[in-house]
Amino acid sequence: MRHLRQRSVLPGFGLTLGYSLLYLGLIVLIPLASTFLKTTTLSWSEFWAAVSSPRVVASYRLSFGASFLAGLVNCLAGLVVAWVLVRYEFWGKRLVDALVDLPFALPTAVAGIALTTLYARTGWIGAWLEPLGISVAFTPLGVFVALTFIGLPFVVRTVQPVLQDLEPELEEAAASLGANRWQTFRRILLPVLRPALLTGFALAFARALGEYGSVVFISGNMPMKTEITPLLIITKLEQYDYAGATALAAVMLVISFALLLAINLLHWWGSRHHAPA
Amino acid sequence: MNPTPRLSRTEGGSRRRATHDPRWMRALLVGAAFLFLGLFLFVPLASVFAHALAKGIGPYLETFQDPVTLSAIRLTLIAAAVAVPLNTLFGVCAAWAIAKFDFRGKQVLLTLIDLPFSVSPVISGLIYVLLFGAQGWLGPWLAERDLQIIFAIPGILLATLFVTFPFVARELIPLMQAQGRMEEEAAMVLGASGWKTWWRVTLPNIKWGLLYGIILCNARAMGEFGAVSVVSGHIRGQTNTLPLHVEILYNEYNAVAAFAVASLLTLLAVLTLALKSWVEGKQAASLAAASAATSP
Repeated sequence: MRHLRQRSVLPGFGLTLGYSLLYLGLIVLIPLASTFLKTTTLSWSEFWAAVSSPRVVASYRLSFGASFLAGLVNCLAGLVVAWVLVRYEFWGKRLVDALVDLPFALPTAVAGIALTTLYARTGWIGAWLEPLGISVAFTPLGVFVALTFIGLPFVVRTVQPVLQDLEPELEEAAASLGANRWQTFRRILLPVLRPALLTGFALAFARALGEYGSVVFISGNMPMKTEITPLLIITKLEQYDYAGATALAAVMLVISFALLLAINLLHWWGSRHHAPA
Repeated sequence: MNPTPRLSRTEGGSRRRATHDPRWMRALLVGAAFLFLGLFLFVPLASVFAHALAKGIGPYLETFQDPVTLSAIRLTLIAAAVAVPLNTLFGVCAAWAIAKFDFRGKQVLLTLIDLPFSVSPVISGLIYVLLFGAQGWLGPWLAERDLQIIFAIPGILLATLFVTFPFVARELIPLMQAQGRMEEEAAMVLGASGWKTWWRVTLPNIKWGLLYGIILCNARAMGEFGAVSVVSGHIRGQTNTLPLHVEILYNEYNAVAAFAVASLLTLLAVLTLALKSWVEGKQAASLAAASAATSP
């Protein structure tokens, strides 16, 4: 192992790296790899049938569509929340700042039953929407609401530090050259914030795609209508369709890894953008 | 460094105007933020307690005398008691190797450590079913020896370990990388043992980051739903954690009990957030003190 690293006076390299790799292998890598191995026991046509049946395609459409829309809403709302938290002073700011992370800390099952009860026909919010002809619980709109909830902190937490580090000179220069506030925002601030916004969107989107707990209560889980892909995996598992569940899981895993790669690239782009000239 | 030239008094007004928004815009944006957060955060939070106490304090407290609820609390505590120390040990080891040494493949290792965060909770449970379940790779071998992992407590522990795997490591690695290795090297050169260097130099430097990671790890370990749901088998009083118990009660239309159990988990979440911002304050203070001590 010695040739892998430079000499150091500090001890414990072999022990700590060895233990880390062993633990990583046992808990994460071997179980994940065995899932991919399991898909190789399927023939290509079996695999294709499992991942492209109409019910599965309907679940992709809902999962991707709702996650995308929720990510977009969170981009806009997250930018406003981050802006307000960094730039303005107002009553209750510290409390609001801490509460933004609630969707990270609140168990998804709790979020699920709370949102379902709120948006049900008789719920605090649902009762207001009912006369307007809008029903949220047990419709695709409900899936969107749950995914917006769980994706909420991502954009705020990626945009906030960039906004905090922004030099006021940038905006001052723009203003002294005659730009108004909106022009400064569009031409100066938005380009600087774009990598952080995109990273936040990608993180929220990736999380929303895999989300289960908060959606399963509010969606109503009707096949072809309000069934998300993670739920379909569980349904297949409960019907002892291990091959089908594995094939779907493999598709989802590949998509997650592609998103992880994209997020890392965005991060790299953002740090290059951010680097002092 | 030369002090940057200050803007003259007459230009002070334009300086303010350049970075300060007009009052109406501030009011509008703060209002919009409050409306959005109110709708998505405050109202759901309040509704949990309102529904839990809908029939008064009596039925609320009754939920916690039910032996099934108590066994769910016990199992949740067990899962956290196993996952948090193991993942903390891993996080500390991984951070030490990654932050204090240079070796090839470090970037790959960093990405692999983050993997569990990008995997759907449902899949986090499924991978263990495919490994240890009746139809899984090791299923027949386990069945011969009458060992059960899936639909039993070991499966719940494994799924919890997986979903909380990166928390401590990802908190410590950037922190220890930023701190460098000079202090530890100095201690070693002055004759301290490896253990002594760790306890007296490294640990005091990383304690707030470590605590932060542990708090987040614990919250997820106690609150995980999807992954645990796949491996648990939902046997009442045996393989039910608190979040799974919420689901069962809710599906039985026992709203008061479901929200009572949910309120316990909500209190945990609120406590987690409070501890988290307290630790963030401590960490910022210790960073400021450290940079004040090193600057001339």
